[in-house]
Amino acid sequence: MELTFNEVTYTYSPGTPFEFRALENLSLHVPSGSYTAIIGHTGSGKSTLIQHINALLQPTSGSVKVGDFVIEAGKKNKNLRSLREKTGIVFQYPEHQLFEETVEKDIAFGPKNFGVDEEEIRERVDKALEAVQLPEDMKEKSPFDLSGGQMRRVAIAGVLAMKPKVLVLDEPTAGLDPRGQKEMMDMFYSLHESEELTTVLVTHSMEDALTYADEVVILNEGRKYMQGAPLDVFKRKEELRQVQLDVPEVLEFLEKIEKEFGVSIEYNKQPLAELAKELTSRLGRRDDYE
Amino acid sequence: MKDRIEFEGVTFRYQEDAPPVLKDVDFFIEKGEWVAIIGHNGSGKSTIAKLMNGLLFAENGEVSVDGMSVNPDSVWEIRKKVGMVFQNPDNQFVGTTVRDDIAFGMENQGVPREEMVEKVAGSLRDVQMETYENHEPHRLSGGQKQRVAIAGVLAIAPDYMLLDEATAMLDPKGRQEILKTVRDVQEKSNMSLVTITHDLREIVAADRVIVMNKGEVWFEGTPREVFAHKDSLSSIGLDVPFVAKLTEEMKQYGVSFRKEPLNHEEMVEELWNLHSTK
Repeated sequence: MELTFNEVTYTYSPGTPFEFRALENLSLHVPSGSYTAIIGHTGSGKSTLIQHINALLQPTSGSVKVGDFVIEAGKKNKNLRSLREKTGIVFQYPEHQLFEETVEKDIAFGPKNFGVDEEEIRERVDKALEAVQLPEDMKEKSPFDLSGGQMRRVAIAGVLAMKPKVLVLDEPTAGLDPRGQKEMMDMFYSLHESEELTTVLVTHSMEDALTYADEVVILNEGRKYMQGAPLDVFKRKEELRQVQLDVPEVLEFLEKIEKEFGVSIEYNKQPLAELAKELTSRLGRRDDYE
Repeated sequence: MKDRIEFEGVTFRYQEDAPPVLKDVDFFIEKGEWVAIIGHNGSGKSTIAKLMNGLLFAENGEVSVDGMSVNPDSVWEIRKKVGMVFQNPDNQFVGTTVRDDIAFGMENQGVPREEMVEKVAGSLRDVQMETYENHEPHRLSGGQKQRVAIAGVLAIAPDYMLLDEATAMLDPKGRQEILKTVRDVQEKSNMSLVTITHDLREIVAADRVIVMNKGEVWFEGTPREVFAHKDSLSSIGLDVPFVAKLTEEMKQYGVSFRKEPLNHEEMVEELWNLHSTK
């Protein structure tokens, strides 16, 4: 399902001392089936942006199109239900929203609310548990007896059980250990592929954006600052630094190598071993390697 | 009596019939040093933080701060010395405005009003949130909330500051800025800093690292000593810095290193050796 933001402005608490413009004239197109990373400094409008995708927020001006569904400033939203069925949002620390007695009930809560029949729910719960790589015998446990990482997986399973077409992830790995982070990002990627999802990832990790996304959108003070393929965007280091963003560490390192040794090595996602080989041969004694 | 936080044979479990989360843990945090505590999820890191400021009490063994045992009677004294910021700032806001929230800790300690006003402004400046004094904390973004939570603790100027993944929601630049701010305060006032983190740059910059695994102290040493154990670190679910990984790969191609590099500068220095060796 494709997403289109058309000159969207959003103002919090308009007309009060707290008035704050979080998005300003933002236009954005996310093709169906793409994996888009949204990056920006703290407070740049990332979370505000994603809350428009399922109409939790309505633009102050402009419009958002999600598939055939249009959310427009000043117009009452009809058919919100079907929009929310198709757009799954995994919020920051989603495990704080668990509340049911058992894992199974928690995962079933969403589809049940949307009137999915019992048998179908059971199937979806099993499938969602499998997708987040939790064992089936966990269904009867209380979600509150699980570890933090497991609780987060249960919360994510609850979103997947809705069978969304668009999956929005707001810093989904915050607080997980390095192995847990990688496992979770790999899991989302394989879901993205197998379910043909349109994935929108809000992240601070340039590394994750580089590894998983097809497209990167950089936000700054509520406006779109840059957009493009990750490697193209991350080449524009100075522009990124102007809005307080770093480039992925590997690119920063190669830039330093070029400055110090005058040796330029192109990065195109080659594995570390290959990079090590290139560095060794380009920097070392010539006759050893040629 | 020593000015330090000390764990002596500390064991802790959350429920009587559950396995212990910490098993016979010994270590100390000296005055003025920066110690990073790392470990996989569930290794006991956050439990350690909670034992340090009396949110939890040891089942066996003793936790002490400046020679004072942490127990229900001493807990208020302990909390004047040990300030803590958690990972999820939503759980620790009390004020309706950012200003009130930061003043809360000082009010509890009877700081005079004028001093309070000054300190609120100062600590908000430190975390670059000075224009948000009148904002409602719950409306801030995740990273902004974390900045405010840190300002709240900085305003009290504790002897020991614990940051339990308190910068996890900041962008990398913001994280470095905040850490630098905290470092400056630390150096000025000889405060000890304990950071629980997965951030590799942060770990590399600490004075000392304690690695937790399954409730036990698995390793203790300088960052260089810790990251020399690359393979075993990844076997317990932890990551090593990019530069350390690259070093390992380059060794496969016969490059030798005089000193295991941990950051870009050290790596470049090593590479100059490779470059100029005849």
